[in-house]
Amino acid sequence: MSIFIDKNTKLIIQGITGRDGSFHAKQMMEYGTQVVAGVTPGKGGQKFEGKVPIFNTMVDAVQATGANASVIYVPPAYAADAIMEAAASGVAFVVCITEGVPVLDMTKVHPFVKERGVRLLGPNCPGLISPGESKVGIIPGGICTPGPVGVVSRSGTLTYEVVDKLTRAGIGQTTCVGIGGDPINGTNFIDCLEAFEKDPKTKAVAMMGEIGGTDEQEAAAFVKKHMKKPVVGFIAGQTAPPGRRMGHAGAIISGSSGTAAEKIEAFEAAGMGVAKRPKDFVELIKARLK
Amino acid sequence: MNIHEYQAKEILRSHGVNIPPGKVATTPTEAEAIAKEYGVAVMVKAQVHVGGRGKAGGVKFCKTPAEAKEKAAAILGMDIKGLTVEKVLVTVAEDIGSEAYVGIIVDRATKKPVFMVSAAGGIDIEQVAAETPEKILYVPVDVRYGLPAYDAMRMGFFLYQDVKQARAAATIMQQLYAAFMASGCSLAEINPLVVTPKGVLVAVDGKMVIDDNELDRLPAIAAMRDESSEAPSEVEARNANLTFIKLDGNVGCVVNGAGLAMATMDLVKYYGGEPANFLDIGGSSNPEKVVAALRIITADPSVKAILFNIFGGITRTDDVANGIVTATKSNPLKVPLVIRLTGTNEAEAMKILKANGFSASNDMDEAVQQAVALAKGGKAA
Repeated sequence: MSIFIDKNTKLIIQGITGRDGSFHAKQMMEYGTQVVAGVTPGKGGQKFEGKVPIFNTMVDAVQATGANASVIYVPPAYAADAIMEAAASGVAFVVCITEGVPVLDMTKVHPFVKERGVRLLGPNCPGLISPGESKVGIIPGGICTPGPVGVVSRSGTLTYEVVDKLTRAGIGQTTCVGIGGDPINGTNFIDCLEAFEKDPKTKAVAMMGEIGGTDEQEAAAFVKKHMKKPVVGFIAGQTAPPGRRMGHAGAIISGSSGTAAEKIEAFEAAGMGVAKRPKDFVELIKARLK
Repeated sequence: MNIHEYQAKEILRSHGVNIPPGKVATTPTEAEAIAKEYGVAVMVKAQVHVGGRGKAGGVKFCKTPAEAKEKAAAILGMDIKGLTVEKVLVTVAEDIGSEAYVGIIVDRATKKPVFMVSAAGGIDIEQVAAETPEKILYVPVDVRYGLPAYDAMRMGFFLYQDVKQARAAATIMQQLYAAFMASGCSLAEINPLVVTPKGVLVAVDGKMVIDDNELDRLPAIAAMRDESSEAPSEVEARNANLTFIKLDGNVGCVVNGAGLAMATMDLVKYYGGEPANFLDIGGSSNPEKVVAALRIITADPSVKAILFNIFGGITRTDDVANGIVTATKSNPLKVPLVIRLTGTNEAEAMKILKANGFSASNDMDEAVQQAVALAKGGKAA
């Protein structure tokens, strides 16, 4: 088992002929993801790599293939529209990899997606992977292995770092989800924690947060109130100065709120394990799997 | 991106907000001439991207042009929280009856722009929010419908008893909202919004923060960037498409990905060192970026050791290795370099580095400890 995607996920790639889209389309196909269609306006009727049909619009692609998910690799200026097109096309799950989507675009997209009951992951995220079943996005398949740990993170390479350490220690994963570093995104920590709690295969959860906002504090409150499974957390940005955007648009301490100390305190208050370094996840998770 | 008060006021004025006349001066003589032109008392205000200008002595009331010259001379060149004042705004001083706060931010919780208004204006709104939260009215806006007139009026009546003033305030809410949306803001505020003794509403100070992701499609706003008000290393990094923030320590860090970059800084601290910077080379594997990153870091004399921490996903570690070799050939390093590489094409990267006399590890903790020891002048562990 896994959350959000599995071997039955039928995926459309929006922007399949672009530089990033085509590279990662091949990687996903090699991993075993069912890539059933691509969408690039103006290239409808062509085939990607001689086998994946390309359509001009999402509606055409969904009607022809019965796809239930899409992943977006279009430039930032078109990403908001691509998300809305996907949400209106009938797929249930939309993953937006694109980085640099204006936040005001997301204030428009968010209610549009929500009202249609569609789950959005991202934007500005690495996507997700259910090891051995399916991968949607850019997480390197080689560092993951099937197993009992759910992973959720606001970051890309930091997720790889932790997943790689878990895998090397022989600890596999049900699903690894990167929710992205933007201030307004679709799926949040709580959505993932809730799904991991319900997933019978997941026995423990590793969660990597960052400075900025209150998502981690709310997630900690959720853990305390609603979760029986153990959760181990980490916060990146303990040495970050206030008022500066640390790469991710969402990673900024404003005034006294959103600091690492505040978030770690919330983790501790929720009875969560706290990893001081990325490598600490290995021992903390191991102890909780016994 | 931060813009100056005078730029925010230009934007607000273009959307119809009543703003006192003002012009920018870069010399005391210019400030005097502007004050003379207005022929009334003026405020001389430092234009820097930090709060607390008034407390730092960067905002002065001047009765005469001669006084404007004198105060401008004192403020220009002044250091406010590490930034040098290059410009002052000379603006007509308003008589103040009452002061209110009006602001909009993009709120992460509601995922909407949210108005915050308070009759307790002129001071730090965070302080009001912490001490007397009941004095702030929050009004979220669904951007698909814009700011409804009734919500604008509700805010007007929250601030003012007088119907005329409430209506005038409602108009300003609409103007501020229009400016916020059109300029791609993540924050816009008028603080204080003043009612003069004659009952006229006027925006005495304005602030806007622009979402960096908007700048490509808003060239007029992007052109407002004032590079003289930023650290030169940060300007160079941005031009090379790197995200760089200078810190106070001595371990220079080059990392791919924002989360891992922060975690690397934290680990430097954990092992007893101090990071000299945040630097994210991003997801691409362009060797040019590595060259630029090394140039920026080595320009900082406080850097005593450099640490690369690369987890190759999209980033190909062999490209990073080639970048390191190129950069150090053209510009030999004067400080020790510790390299940690793992992930995509790791074996090739290690081969390239070894052939060029570098050693590298694939363990993050080991590399960080080594860099910290070297920065302290010790030997590698």
